[in-house]
Amino acid sequence: MNLSGKRVVIVAGSGGVGKTTTSAALALGLAADGERVAVVTIDPARRLATALGLEELGNEPHRVETVDLAGELWAMQLDAKRTFDDLIELLAPNESAARDVLGNRIYRELSGAMTGSQEFTAVAKLYELHRDPRWDVVVLDTPPSRNALDFLDAPDRLTGFLDGRALQAILAPTGLAARVIGRGTGVVFSVLSRLTGIDLLDDLSVFFRSLSGLIDGFRRRAAGVKELLGDPDTTFLLVTSPEREPVEEAIFFHGRLRAAGMPFGGIIVNRVHRAPETDPEVARAELAGELGERLAGKVAATLRDVEVLARRDADAIEHVKRELGVADPVLVPLLDQDVYDLEGLARLERCLRDEPVG
Amino acid sequence: MESLLAHRLIVVTGKGGVGKTTVAAAIGLEAARRGRRTMVAEVARRTDVAGVLDAAHTGDGAAETELAPGLFHVSVDPEQAMEEYLRDQLPSAAAGLLNRSRLFGLLAAATPGLRELLTVGKLWELAQLDRRTPGATPYDLVIVDAPATGHGVAVLSAPRAFAGAAHTGPVARQASIIHATLSDPEVTAIVAVARAEELAVTETLALQAALRDTLDAELDAIVVNALAPDRFTPADARRLEEQPDGPGVQRALAAHARARRQRAQLARLTRATGHRALRLHAQAVATPDLAALADELAGQLA
Repeated sequence: MNLSGKRVVIVAGSGGVGKTTTSAALALGLAADGERVAVVTIDPARRLATALGLEELGNEPHRVETVDLAGELWAMQLDAKRTFDDLIELLAPNESAARDVLGNRIYRELSGAMTGSQEFTAVAKLYELHRDPRWDVVVLDTPPSRNALDFLDAPDRLTGFLDGRALQAILAPTGLAARVIGRGTGVVFSVLSRLTGIDLLDDLSVFFRSLSGLIDGFRRRAAGVKELLGDPDTTFLLVTSPEREPVEEAIFFHGRLRAAGMPFGGIIVNRVHRAPETDPEVARAELAGELGERLAGKVAATLRDVEVLARRDADAIEHVKRELGVADPVLVPLLDQDVYDLEGLARLERCLRDEPVG
Repeated sequence: MESLLAHRLIVVTGKGGVGKTTVAAAIGLEAARRGRRTMVAEVARRTDVAGVLDAAHTGDGAAETELAPGLFHVSVDPEQAMEEYLRDQLPSAAAGLLNRSRLFGLLAAATPGLRELLTVGKLWELAQLDRRTPGATPYDLVIVDAPATGHGVAVLSAPRAFAGAAHTGPVARQASIIHATLSDPEVTAIVAVARAEELAVTETLALQAALRDTLDAELDAIVVNALAPDRFTPADARRLEEQPDGPGVQRALAAHARARRQRAQLARLTRATGHRALRLHAQAVATPDLAALADELAGQLA
């Protein structure tokens, strides 16, 4: 996995395939090479979070000081709600405009329920860190999306959500807000109020009006994010396990990346089973004398399971190679231990570099 | 536990990658085998259930389709749900007006949480004995392959959020009815799917807490998927350790260590949630056929 020259590394894939651990290991490797790296994790395991010093509060990277590196490793855990709030404060023309949005009931009650809000805040954070001169490289662990599209579409969703035309239609002097405020009698309005009730419509128009001061800022930000995702110094790495669903998801995501002209950097297959060194029946025969038939039979049954899994994994890897046109996916063997400390991350990082696992 | 299949609506959620879709489909298959007319519904443009149930199934899943005897599938689309809702709530001229109105389309797209509300509303509609969709036959049971934990809870709580934000009016009324259905333990069961791994167990505990907080609801069942075979006794392991160079012995010891870690996580899950989980093993080795998983479930559901 060669990441030299990359400024943004986005680690994507289905939930549960080891994205967070892989992101942390890649960041550690880059820092060992002398880069100043910030890694944004979404939902690390508790012990990994401890190892990375992520228990401290705050929505900013903290430096990982417990390991000697040529560069610097900084890590943070994304707080989606806070990132959203911070962004509104940042993009609002003044304090009272920010207060209006943050205090709005629609915003408070419903912004968390929005599809893609975590994806959107993740790219917003990525953009902010990328522009911060304290870091050379930003590694982003992506949210456990049910749908890969949510992540790629985040900037579009943002512009769609706050699209100038949409807001104009609502905010223009003759738009919906005016009609609500003026208790207008337009036919669309009257049908709509019958459907939603006047209270909800009032709240919505106040919400959209309070957002109106932020439109330009949001639009510029979304354009910047989109440009960053397509930049040649950005790379998308796909992570999968050899199971059917994550593999299909990775293939689908790869197709979307190509269609969108986004830079694809490679695929990592985690938790690959090695085929057993011994034939199960040979092992049974050899062990029966020392261990007894019963226990030798259990060992043979274990080896048969491993054979099945190794064959499944080999098939999945061939499938990935064919579908992605990638000759050399990075294969990470199933590790005997969960990775939860810096030593474990360093071992994983050597696998990612295709070095023998020590 | 024995009453799980007696609910009208079963919502299946859990951490990404634990096998939610497969488990939802297996519960559906078992319910259909017991003679219940069963719908397995999924959301957010997915057709995974169709893929699991029937590899030959093609199409976008937007229509209610019978994939196996008594087992139906649909993929809920918020836009389609919106049109249906408007047709149901308003005289046809008014519904047509809104469906064609650009202003309304923009407003609907920009309203946070509205897609989630419409999605849940459609799931609720599917579970009604008296279906609003003209000519639709009611289902005995609707199983939802819901989004992963965080977004799953957000979707389930959308009706309450809307009911709170709207106070009065038809949307508030409708949202309150849906919320009442979702939080009625006689009607709706919420099932968490997990694996016996640290993160998946932690997420299940977080799900239980979030459901209590936002929905006043409890988990009805937890399904632990893909449990590895647990073959070796501690005495077996000691004897294997005495033969470290024997053929396959290291693999056997690694499998034993994995099974022990899983057992510890299973114990942690049971202790913290107070649930004795349903246990599925078929997916640990190879991709199982759905029938094998449904068989495993059947033995544990009364």
